[in-house]
Amino acid sequence: MNEKTELDKNKEKSGTTHKIGIYLWIWGLLFVLSFFSYMVDWYQFQGLLRWSLILFFMFLKAGLIMAFFMHLFWERYALVNVLLWPMTAIACFVGLMVAEGKYTVFTRLIYFVLGE
Amino acid sequence: MSDSSLENLPKGWKSVPSDLGSDQTAFKGVQWGKAMMWIFLLSDTFIFSCFLISYMKGRASTVVDWPNTSQVFSLDFMGVPVPLLLIAIMTFVLITSSGTMALAVKFGYEKNKKMCGWFILATAIGGLIFVGMQAFEWSKLIHEGVRPWSNPFGAGQFGSYFFMITGFHGTHVSIGVIFLFIFARKVFRGDFDTGKRGFFTTMKSDYVSIEILGLYWHFVDLVWVFIFAFFYLW
Repeated sequence: MNEKTELDKNKEKSGTTHKIGIYLWIWGLLFVLSFFSYMVDWYQFQGLLRWSLILFFMFLKAGLIMAFFMHLFWERYALVNVLLWPMTAIACFVGLMVAEGKYTVFTRLIYFVLGE
Repeated sequence: MSDSSLENLPKGWKSVPSDLGSDQTAFKGVQWGKAMMWIFLLSDTFIFSCFLISYMKGRASTVVDWPNTSQVFSLDFMGVPVPLLLIAIMTFVLITSSGTMALAVKFGYEKNKKMCGWFILATAIGGLIFVGMQAFEWSKLIHEGVRPWSNPFGAGQFGSYFFMITGFHGTHVSIGVIFLFIFARKVFRGDFDTGKRGFFTTMKSDYVSIEILGLYWHFVDLVWVFIFAFFYLW
């Protein structure tokens, strides 16, 4: 490939820009959401409420960062699919290890506590 | 690939099989470096997931009580212990640096050399502050007797997971800071305006590199969101 076409190609590739407002909005939202997730600990919510609030704020923050700061919202669908589907494998792994953890603590209670 | 030829390609869900089954490039209109950075970040996601999943399994299966992170990571502010104070500040610093990075990418694409460079520098300084506070946190915990094999607060596994997960994340931040300084210099020198060739490559510099650097930096912030939720808050 000669130099001229390479340079032209780069010029064409140089991406789209988005309005500054959208970045500032996401930035502000991330601050507010982080503040809320800190408040979960501050007010010492416990049990199911604590877990669901932590997960809710976490996924919202992660989604905002990926979609707008990392431009995934505007990205080509083929790339988005290649990136997001592997997350189901991680979800499966989490499920497997939850079961494994329960089994381990069960055997430990049986042999360490009842065994004595 | 130019925008006009992108227009003629299928859009939405139909673009997935047509892109992946096409010739030469799988991701149409995506610069190759950006696609490769995404693939790298995907593999990094799996590494961090393995750490966090092993932490979950370790914490779920111990019969000893897990240390109360709210107390372990509290910091005295004017004589009053404030829970998770340092961690909260670290979170806000990292989000701030993520925001400045997003603006640097935007100004880069607008070929605004000065603003792009200053925002990259601001991002790097945010990263430095973060690593500094993490070093402070580590030394504080080590002084309090937290070790990878035991600690005075509860289950012995706590220390090993803490040092492994935050240490690996801190390494990522440190590497990011180094690259941010290198790219700030390249931006101010005008490499991306003149298309100067890079040190490791014969290819011409382009502002798309700033977006690729930004992807890495946002990923570091993204991982911290998960560590903050699972390790500190849970």
